[in-house]
Amino acid sequence: MTSSDSAASPADHKRPRGLAPFLRSQMRNIAPFLTLILLSGFFAIASPSFATLDNVGNILTQVSVTGIIAVGLTFVILCAEIDLSIASIANVTGIAVAYFTVQESYVNIANVPMPGWAAILLALALCALLGLVNALGLTVIGIPSFIMTLAMMQIAAGVSAMLVRGQIAYKVPPLITTLGSGSIGGIPWIVIVAAVMLLGGHLVLTYTRFGRYVYMVGGNREAAEFAGLNVKLILGAVMVISAVCSGIGGMLGVAHFGSAQQNEFDTYLLDSIAAVVVGGTSLFGGRGGIGNTIVGLFVLGVLNNGLDHVNIDSFLKILIRGLILLAALIINVYAQRLREKAVD
Amino acid sequence: MSQGRAPILELKDITKAFGGVEALRGVDFALHAGEIHGLVGENGAGKSTLMKIIAGVHPEFSGRFMLDGKETRFRSTRDAHAAGIGMVHQELSVAPDLTVAENVFLGNQPTNRLGLVQWRRMAREAGEQLSRFGIDVDPMTRLGDLPIGLQQLIEIARVLFSGARIIILDEPTSALSPPEVERLFATLRRLREEGTSIVFISHFIEDILRVSDVVTVFRNGRKVTETRSAETSKGALIEAMIGRGGEALEHSYSDDLMLPPAGGGRTVLKADQLSLGRSLQDVSFEARSGEVLGVYGFMGCGQLELSRILFGKLKPDGGTLAVDGAAKTFRSTAAARRAGVALVPESRRAMLFHQEPVYKNISISILERISALLLKPVTERAIAKRQVEQLQIRPPVVGLDLGMLSGGNQQKVALAKWLTYPPRLLVLCEPTRGMDVGAKNDVINIVRDLRAKGLAIIVLSTEPETVLSLADRILVLKRGAVVREFAGEAVSKDRLLEAA
Repeated sequence: MTSSDSAASPADHKRPRGLAPFLRSQMRNIAPFLTLILLSGFFAIASPSFATLDNVGNILTQVSVTGIIAVGLTFVILCAEIDLSIASIANVTGIAVAYFTVQESYVNIANVPMPGWAAILLALALCALLGLVNALGLTVIGIPSFIMTLAMMQIAAGVSAMLVRGQIAYKVPPLITTLGSGSIGGIPWIVIVAAVMLLGGHLVLTYTRFGRYVYMVGGNREAAEFAGLNVKLILGAVMVISAVCSGIGGMLGVAHFGSAQQNEFDTYLLDSIAAVVVGGTSLFGGRGGIGNTIVGLFVLGVLNNGLDHVNIDSFLKILIRGLILLAALIINVYAQRLREKAVD
Repeated sequence: MSQGRAPILELKDITKAFGGVEALRGVDFALHAGEIHGLVGENGAGKSTLMKIIAGVHPEFSGRFMLDGKETRFRSTRDAHAAGIGMVHQELSVAPDLTVAENVFLGNQPTNRLGLVQWRRMAREAGEQLSRFGIDVDPMTRLGDLPIGLQQLIEIARVLFSGARIIILDEPTSALSPPEVERLFATLRRLREEGTSIVFISHFIEDILRVSDVVTVFRNGRKVTETRSAETSKGALIEAMIGRGGEALEHSYSDDLMLPPAGGGRTVLKADQLSLGRSLQDVSFEARSGEVLGVYGFMGCGQLELSRILFGKLKPDGGTLAVDGAAKTFRSTAAARRAGVALVPESRRAMLFHQEPVYKNISISILERISALLLKPVTERAIAKRQVEQLQIRPPVVGLDLGMLSGGNQQKVALAKWLTYPPRLLVLCEPTRGMDVGAKNDVINIVRDLRAKGLAIIVLSTEPETVLSLADRILVLKRGAVVREFAGEAVSKDRLLEAA
C-alpha cells in the first residue's frame, strides 16, 4: 500500500485541545449540573427549611416514581423517538394490579382477585403488551412514535376507565405495598427501587451490546442500518422497555399514593420527559444517558420542592416550571449544535 | 454556432470556483433563439455549474453575462425567472403532497380579483397543457401517488409551459421510458419552432445527437469544442469528453484494458431477474469468490437500488437472490449481514457515525461476534487498532471522533468495519468518489487484497475509471437493465461510455 493523502494532511492532526472546546462539547452535561447547583443554592439561602436532611429525603421520595418511569423513557429518547403513553401506561398498570387484588367490601368494582404474585405478573404482562403494541405500530406499520404513543395514551386511559369505572381501589399486593410505601432502615423502599432501576438502566446502556446499539441507532439511524443492525428490533425493544418501566412506576406509585384511580398519573408524562431532557439527553438521539436523567430528576425535584418552601403564588409556580423547561430545551438544542461544531 | 444573428444569451470568460477548486475556467457560451443546444461532459466537467449560473443559482462568478446583448447580473433564481429563464434540475424538485395542477402552476397559480386561487381554471389549464404533452392524468391527483417518471415529466412540463424563452434541462431523460423520451423530444422540437431556446444536458449521447442543433463538450471545467450535431458522431464526442492523448491518467483509460479470462471461484451470489419498479428490470448476474464484478452506468441507472436490494434494505418486486446456492429473502439489513453480505454505501453520512470514536465505528458490525451480552472495550480497541494499522488510517488514534478524520480516511474506516470477519460478498458503492490519487490507490490495493483472500466483491460506480481500475468483469446498466457484459475481453473507457 502506498502512503495515503492523509499522512500529509495536517487537518487530520488538528484535534481541538484546550479548555474552551472541551467545555463546549460537554455543554449538555455541564449546563444541567450547573442549573442544579444554582437552584439548590438559591433555595438553601431563600428558605431555612430547604437544606435539611429530612427535606433531602423528601426530594428523593418525590422524584422516585418519575425516576422509575424516566429510566425507560431515556432509552426511547436516546433512539430519537418519544413515548407519550408513559403516564397512561403507568396508570393502567397500577389500576390493573389493584384490580387483581381483593378489595374492601365497600369498593364497588367488579374485580378479579387473585394471589399477589399473579396480580403482579398480570399487571407486568399488561404493560409489556401495551409496549409491544407501541413497538409494532412504530416498526411494522411505520406510525411515527409521537402519533402512535398519543393513540396509546388514549387506549391505556380507556382500559383504566373500563377497569375502575370511576371508582377508587385501595388494596394492592403486599409486595407492592411494601416497595411503594414501606421503608427499611429509614430509607423508603421506593427510593431504593428507583436507584436500582436507574443503576440497571445505566449498566445496560453503558456496558451491554444492546446499550451500544441504542446509542448508534440514535446517533445515525441510516448508518446503523447500513452497518447491518436490526434497527426495528432495537426500536421495538426500547418501546417495550419504556412501557415496562412505566408499569413498575405505576404499580409502586399506586401503593405510594394509597389508591388506584383514573388520571392519577397525568402530571408524570411531562415530568418524566422534562427530567430526561432537562438532564441533557439529546432530543435528536445518541447523546446523554441515565447520568443525565438523574441530574434532570434532581433539577425538577429541587425546583418542585423548593418552590413549596419559598413563599410563591402557587399559580405562578406552574409558569415558572414551564419557563425552566423552555430554558432547558433551548440549552439542549444549542448543546447539540455546539457539539456538532466541535466535531466537524 | 454563428447563425448570422446575435445570440439571445452570451457568456464570456466565465470562471467559477468553489472553495479554491475551479469548476469553470474561462468558458464562453452562446445560445440563439430557436436553438436546442446539447451539453455533454463527464461528472464534474462543469456543465451543471454553468447552467446554474445562467439560472441564477450561483450569483457569484467572474466573467461577462449578456442577455439580449445587454450586460446582466442575476442576484437570484427569481431574477432569472423574471427574465424568462426556466430550469429543470437533475434532482426531482416537486411537491409530492400537492396536486398535479398545483405542481404545474407552482408559484403562479391563477387567482381572481380577491387573490383566491381559481381551482377549476387551474385544473382545466393544467389538464390541457399536460395532454398537449401527451400526459393523461387527473390534474387533481396527488403528485406523489404517480410513478417517478411521470412526476419528472410533470416537472419538465411545468417549466416547458411556464412561458420561459430559455429552458434548461439537466439530465431530463434518466428516469424516463423510451416512449416518454419521444414525447419530450416532440415537445422540445415544437417549442423550438415557436422560437424558444433550449439547453439540454445529458449523459445519453444518442439523445443529444437526435434532438439538438448544436453540441458543446466540457472537460475539467473547460469548453473543449462546439460543433453542429449533424457534423459529429458519438465516437467523436466521447473522444472530446475524455480527451484522447490528454493527461496521462485519462490516457491510460482510453487505451484498451484486457480483462482476465473468465475466472473466479465458486458462485457466491446469484441474482436472478431482479426487478424494482421503474428502477430495475430483470437484472441477473453472478458474483464469484476471488473476483471483482464491476457495475457501471450513469446516475439513475439503477445501481443504488441494486446495491440496496443486495443488502436487504430494499425488497425487490420480483426476482430471487441466492447466497452460496441457498435462496435468500432478506427481511432486514441484519439478515443480509448474517448471510455474509456487506455493503459500503456511497455517502459517508450514511455509512458512519461521525460523533462516535473510530473504534466504535469499526466494531459496530462485528459486535455480535466479540460480545454476547457485555461489551468488551479492550478487544474492540485492539481489533480497531489492528485495522487502523493495516489500512494506514491517519491519525492512528482509535479513540478520536470519526468526524475529525479526512474523507479518504473515513472511507477506509467504512471498509475496516467489515474486514475483521470478512463477509462472503462485499458490495462497494462509489468506493473512490471524491478521493485524491493517494487515497484512491490505497482503496484499490485494499480491494485487491480482499479479492486475493477469496471474497466476492461487487463495485458499483458511475465513474468509468473506478470500475476499470478494480473490476475483473464488468456489467453495464442502462435504465435499470443490464445492456452489456465485458468479460475476458478488451475494454476501455470509450467502450464503457459507448455501451451505457
